[in-house]
Amino acid sequence: MAERKPDEMGYYDQEELVQIDYDPPRSGWMDTPVDFRPGSWIYPGKPRHLEYLGLANPRQWSPTDDDWQLPPNWKEIIFEGMRERLDKYRTFKIFMDCCVRCGACADKCHFFIGGGDPKNMPVLRAELLRSVYRRDFTTAGKLLGRFAGARELTEDVIKEWFYYFFQCTECRRCSVFCPYGIDTAEITMMGRELLNLLGLNVNWVIEPVANCFRTGNHLGIQPHGLKDTLEFFADDIEEITGIRIDPPINKKGAEILFVTPSGDFLADPGTFTCMGYMMMFHELGIDYTWSTYASEGGNFGLFTSHEMIKRLNAKIYAEAKRLGVKWILGGECGHMWRVVQQYMDTMNGPADFLEVPVSPLTGTVFENASSTKMVHIIEFVADAIRNGKLKLDPSRNDHLSVTFHDSCNPARAMGFFEEPRYVINSVCRNFHEMPENTIREQTFCCGGGAGLGTDENMEMRLRGGLPRGNAVRFVQEKYGVNQLACICAIDRATLTTVCDYWAPGVQVTGIHELLANAMVMKGETERTLNLRLEPLKEEPEGDDV
Amino acid sequence: MNVLVSFIIVIFLVLLAIVGVQLGGLYILFGAVLPYVAIALFLGGLTYRVVSWARAPVPFRIPTTCGQQKSLPWIKSSRLDNPHDGVGVLGRMALEVLLFRSLFRNSRTELKEGSNKVVFGPDKWLWMGALLFHYSFLVIFVRHMRFFSEHVPSLTLLLQGLDGFFQVGVPVVYMTSFMFLVAVTYLFARRIISPMVRYISLPADYFPLFLLLGIGTTGVLLRHIFKTDVVGVKELGMGLLSFSPVASPDLHYLFYVHLFLVTVLIAYFPFSKLVHMAGVFLSPTRNLANNNRERRHVNPWDYPVKVHTYQEYEEEFRDKMIKVGIPVEKE
Amino acid sequence: MMYDGSKILLGLVIFLIAVTFPFWFSWVNEKSGFVPEPKLPEGEESCVESAEYMKALHMDLLNQWRNAVVRDGRRVYVSSSGNRYEISLTGTCLGCHSNKAEFCDQCHDYVGANPFCWDCHVDTSVSRGEGK
Repeated sequence: MAERKPDEMGYYDQEELVQIDYDPPRSGWMDTPVDFRPGSWIYPGKPRHLEYLGLANPRQWSPTDDDWQLPPNWKEIIFEGMRERLDKYRTFKIFMDCCVRCGACADKCHFFIGGGDPKNMPVLRAELLRSVYRRDFTTAGKLLGRFAGARELTEDVIKEWFYYFFQCTECRRCSVFCPYGIDTAEITMMGRELLNLLGLNVNWVIEPVANCFRTGNHLGIQPHGLKDTLEFFADDIEEITGIRIDPPINKKGAEILFVTPSGDFLADPGTFTCMGYMMMFHELGIDYTWSTYASEGGNFGLFTSHEMIKRLNAKIYAEAKRLGVKWILGGECGHMWRVVQQYMDTMNGPADFLEVPVSPLTGTVFENASSTKMVHIIEFVADAIRNGKLKLDPSRNDHLSVTFHDSCNPARAMGFFEEPRYVINSVCRNFHEMPENTIREQTFCCGGGAGLGTDENMEMRLRGGLPRGNAVRFVQEKYGVNQLACICAIDRATLTTVCDYWAPGVQVTGIHELLANAMVMKGETERTLNLRLEPLKEEPEGDDV
Repeated sequence: MNVLVSFIIVIFLVLLAIVGVQLGGLYILFGAVLPYVAIALFLGGLTYRVVSWARAPVPFRIPTTCGQQKSLPWIKSSRLDNPHDGVGVLGRMALEVLLFRSLFRNSRTELKEGSNKVVFGPDKWLWMGALLFHYSFLVIFVRHMRFFSEHVPSLTLLLQGLDGFFQVGVPVVYMTSFMFLVAVTYLFARRIISPMVRYISLPADYFPLFLLLGIGTTGVLLRHIFKTDVVGVKELGMGLLSFSPVASPDLHYLFYVHLFLVTVLIAYFPFSKLVHMAGVFLSPTRNLANNNRERRHVNPWDYPVKVHTYQEYEEEFRDKMIKVGIPVEKE
Repeated sequence: MMYDGSKILLGLVIFLIAVTFPFWFSWVNEKSGFVPEPKLPEGEESCVESAEYMKALHMDLLNQWRNAVVRDGRRVYVSSSGNRYEISLTGTCLGCHSNKAEFCDQCHDYVGANPFCWDCHVDTSVSRGEGK
């Protein structure tokens, strides 16, 4: 057998991985340097992507280098960047000033639970920034120095920032428990913005950003490629149902523009979810269109800077305007919905050229989206099911025992809890919740959000995935759960690894895959295959898809 | 180490006050000048801090949602944990400020040793300790108004009555005095005992705790052991407040220690983490309604950014689009 | 320039008003300069103990007296100067300090002290028609 590498799951022995020492090191955190061990950090952004996007300091470098080739005036840049952000964001100021280090957040972070590195306690992650803030922006810090928790900004501090701000998935779980609502995602976003000023970012984020800017989606799928992909899905759907779907692309005058994360175009099991959308639209006779220009719901700008969020997100409204649609429908995605819910309208609105979304089937007015004019597909389909617009045969999913993973962003940026559960319970009959500390607003991250879901970061992904994986394993053992449903493309990509490692035998699925399997379509042939083209009558094998 | 530094500083402050009044006879300094400086720093510093927060805008509406959103009419939304309007926000903030709602959620997460089982346990101790500390502090603060206002406010009298309900001792023992000391001791002990909390604790975390312990202890001693002339204390307090301070050399030196520690605390307040008292009201993840898709939030410093327009996009991919029959703007 | 300025300033003003309560409350009551003036008995040189002792610790002494009488049945107090006094609140104390309202209440009201002496004892100044 070939030697395993740190970017492979099999490299990590589970017994060894769970030998976690939660006792902090003897040296204080200000005096403990970062250890860039393989498997725990991500390759830096390639210069050509930075150049394409007009970002600072494009160059070839590696975190293991001694010299990170920072610009000569890097300190000035950081201080100026901090000052600017302190003036622009009340969050940043408040979160720098108010923490009392009560430690309530400490054991709420999946990376800390699964890794034990004290700097993955949200409080310390923020202290990395706060210590610099105190020394250079507060009187007490200037006068009292270390007593007040202040320290000098050095290159080692920058290295620490890079390591730990790319070890936070911006899941906001800690923020639920913080008595002052301090949001580590906000801290991490500020930290990453500052790092970007020095040209410090990771390729797993910056390449998708560059792709998205150019081709409209993170994966860099060009228009003809997207058409091919959708037609390929249509072929599969025809094989499964006998129904031919012709997906509308860039269709002017359609009622609805549909936008989903591009992960759904490329990788299983997201692809099955994408097929599910297409089947649902067809069955309900929705007048919608895909767009090749706005072919990405996700937004890795969120993991880069506020400006980058806006630059990428602008396409959605621009395309809605160009195509003359009435409103926008968004697919199953996590951080996309954080952007849609909390940033889009502010950044690129007002969307006064669109209409308040109304379901063409049920007449339901989506009042809660009356300004943004963008509806979540699960809200939309829940309304359709509630009004009896879909014929469903949940017994088709009887071989599945399903649990639901609340994705961080819909959970903690929207409060999107009942809609997905309603749909799942409408399309399958065996549903079991994971323990209450691991669902809804307390849900655990997949460990790969915020641009960390790449293989060279495998050790951290497995560690970060431990709490989630463990909860899945719990319901697997207790109820025989074999299917983990989620509404996030990053989940669909990374939870597959988490389950394979921590709860082997559990498959990951999008809700629309479950829905499409249960949906009785007009004129369909008798189903013998599910969306994965597996025969229906047999128990599906537990092995890899 | 951090503990020791803070402890030594507080001991030093105690000695400073003793030496100052006993040997130096600096009654006016400790009894008037420093308190005036501290009050000015407190009021000015806190105002400055809050105004500086207010000067920073809230560009995005980013509440942390901890309950079901308001969406379809047949789904019950969680008004307090995920408010969609101002009333809900008021409720959420009231729960947060008065009852420490978020801390109430606290749980303990552990990885069972040698296995991969993550276990959760409820952990309400911190919440209880925090609640006990803040409320007993508040009651003690209100009780002290008997030294600072003429006549004594009825709320003070009422709280005194309740607080001394058991009528133990002469003068009666107030329950909150001891609840306060127990709570501060707990808050200190957990910083020492839990390795994680110890690791994150700065001298600036221990310092206010030692200060509070010192204040509480001297207060209890003054009431029950080293009784001093309380009328004299009130005359000093009233003198301060009416800007005609008096030197009161007859008061017990412990009183000056007590007063000096309080002086340090209020002077230190606006420049430390203690500003969480004001900050909690301004936290944008808590004090905003989750109605972003319904009401547009405006960013006051919004600026245009470089985007990749559809025209630029079509320019690059037009041939490929035409080839596969995707409609284009310009044939 | 402030954002949400009116709300924040309102909160700040409310806080400042509340926290400066001691500065304005007595002033509003026109009692800023109020100093209690317990009426001392005329013609008496000293109390059972020194004035300093009595100011700070009279409650302790009274408590001892109560215990001595109620628990031990002792009725004589020997002061630190060697003088003997009958242990009696109404007899000895009020014998000189004949008016509770003009003596005891002056300071007790001033510092909000609410001793429970009078739960049992009778204020003789009232019964004599001299009290309030």
